[in-house]
Amino acid sequence: MGEKLLMTGNEACGEAAIRAGCRFFFAYPITPQNELLEYMARRLPEVNGVFLQSESELAAISMVYGASAAGKRVMTASSACGIALMQEGISYLAASQLPCVIVDVTRAGPGLGRIAPSQSDYRQATRGGGDGDYNVIVLGPASVQEMADLTFLAFDLADKYRNPVMILADGMLGQMMEPVILPDPLNLDKLPMKPWALTGAKNRRRNLILAAPYTDEELIALNEELNRKYRAIKAREQLWENIYMEDAEIVVVAFGTSSRIATEAVENARREGIKVGMIRPVSLWPFPEKAFKGMDTSVKVYLVVEMNNGQMIEDVLLSVPDKSIVYHVGKGGGWRPTPRLIYEEIIKLWRRRLTI
Amino acid sequence: MREWKEKIVMAGFGGQGIMLMGKLLAYAGMFEGRNVTWLPSYGPEMRGGTANCMVIISTGRIASPYIVEPSSIIVMNQPSLDKFEKAVKSNGLILVNSSMVNRAVERRDLKVFKVAASELAEDLGSVHVANMVALGAYVKVKPIVKIESLEKSLSSVLPVYRRDMLKLNRRALKLGFREALEVEGETS
Repeated sequence: MGEKLLMTGNEACGEAAIRAGCRFFFAYPITPQNELLEYMARRLPEVNGVFLQSESELAAISMVYGASAAGKRVMTASSACGIALMQEGISYLAASQLPCVIVDVTRAGPGLGRIAPSQSDYRQATRGGGDGDYNVIVLGPASVQEMADLTFLAFDLADKYRNPVMILADGMLGQMMEPVILPDPLNLDKLPMKPWALTGAKNRRRNLILAAPYTDEELIALNEELNRKYRAIKAREQLWENIYMEDAEIVVVAFGTSSRIATEAVENARREGIKVGMIRPVSLWPFPEKAFKGMDTSVKVYLVVEMNNGQMIEDVLLSVPDKSIVYHVGKGGGWRPTPRLIYEEIIKLWRRRLTI
Repeated sequence: MREWKEKIVMAGFGGQGIMLMGKLLAYAGMFEGRNVTWLPSYGPEMRGGTANCMVIISTGRIASPYIVEPSSIIVMNQPSLDKFEKAVKSNGLILVNSSMVNRAVERRDLKVFKVAASELAEDLGSVHVANMVALGAYVKVKPIVKIESLEKSLSSVLPVYRRDMLKLNRRALKLGFREALEVEGETS
């Protein structure tokens, strides 16, 4: 285990990617993701990697497609409106079953928006975002440590399922510094074999990576294959954290930065003897339905806290047991909840819980 | 061991080294085995407007890194005092850079300290180390980390191209530590 370092989330993400064997990074600058790009520009040449600042986001994601097709671990990063510009390429990567890691250090939208942290890309990230029936695996870190750990994990998941994986962070997680223990670097010779990759076809049959099949039947077959893969991911890769859930009667649901703020409110309410807990989704796609299924029937009140107008609440509504009541606190545009606001909502629900 | 959590907001002009001052405090906290978070304001204020950063040091887990109600503020200029004075928690602490602030603190429920950080830094040879003078003064009046931990952490926090400034920064920390003054019953 390595030593404890003080790093920003952006830097921890970059270093973890390099330690996971990423040697290719293509991106276009945008606040609040820039420190990640700057870190990769500095570090990748030191490890014989390639950093390239592309002329646009579409160019960056297309370069990712190329490096991934060649069997390399590759990453790109952007923020909100920049990720929107990449959607064509992400859909193509999913169609061609090419692994890669995409980091969204979300800023507030819609449109160009502003640079304040936001969670308004939840839907863009978890619903595919581009055309066609596809999903990317989406992980939502809530600390600088998780910016490192989940980035490291993202490369393994991407290779395992031959699918793009997105890290859905936000400006606060990218910019803040916390102590972090980085994962040990992987040996590049021991990365997963990729017999499908385009590596020159010496002494083997040629590989083909197609952005689109040749016939209608083949496209239907590809969609069925993708669907089987997504079902397997849903079954195996759900991640979440339970906080104070043992005897909880009210459950706060929050991810990423909102979960950090909500934890403070939950701790304050616990000190008052209020039985409130929290489910923190870590994998956002697949959404951790298992955290909710089979929930003790004493829980029927949920409070979803998000820095958006209400996006993850749709997944919570699909996951909670029948007769659950789900409330929402949130606003888009760079708004940020305070612990006090969430605390007051918890108190309101606690007082009303017997009549709900 | 007693549990504690200190929430500090540092604020001043862009260019006064506010971010570095926060980083150094956070680093020293980590060095002493505490949990720490450091959160910058990262808007256009980096280039000349008001800049602030938020540092939390705690013996326990830190939930939200965003500070709504600071227990301490270090204000390096007057706009920062105007902006953050109201937010400080009752019985909290304000450390004022008296070289750059011309008015008294209005709140009566706070402990107020001052240090002429910019002037003292100029006496040392560079106004750029006013941030270190203020930080030295802060840990004198609020000993959440040892001054030695700040000194040791300097080499980890200063960018490589500023290593020639190590000694000067160290002297500034010590000078601030000596020169912090409590302000009592000062009227505006």
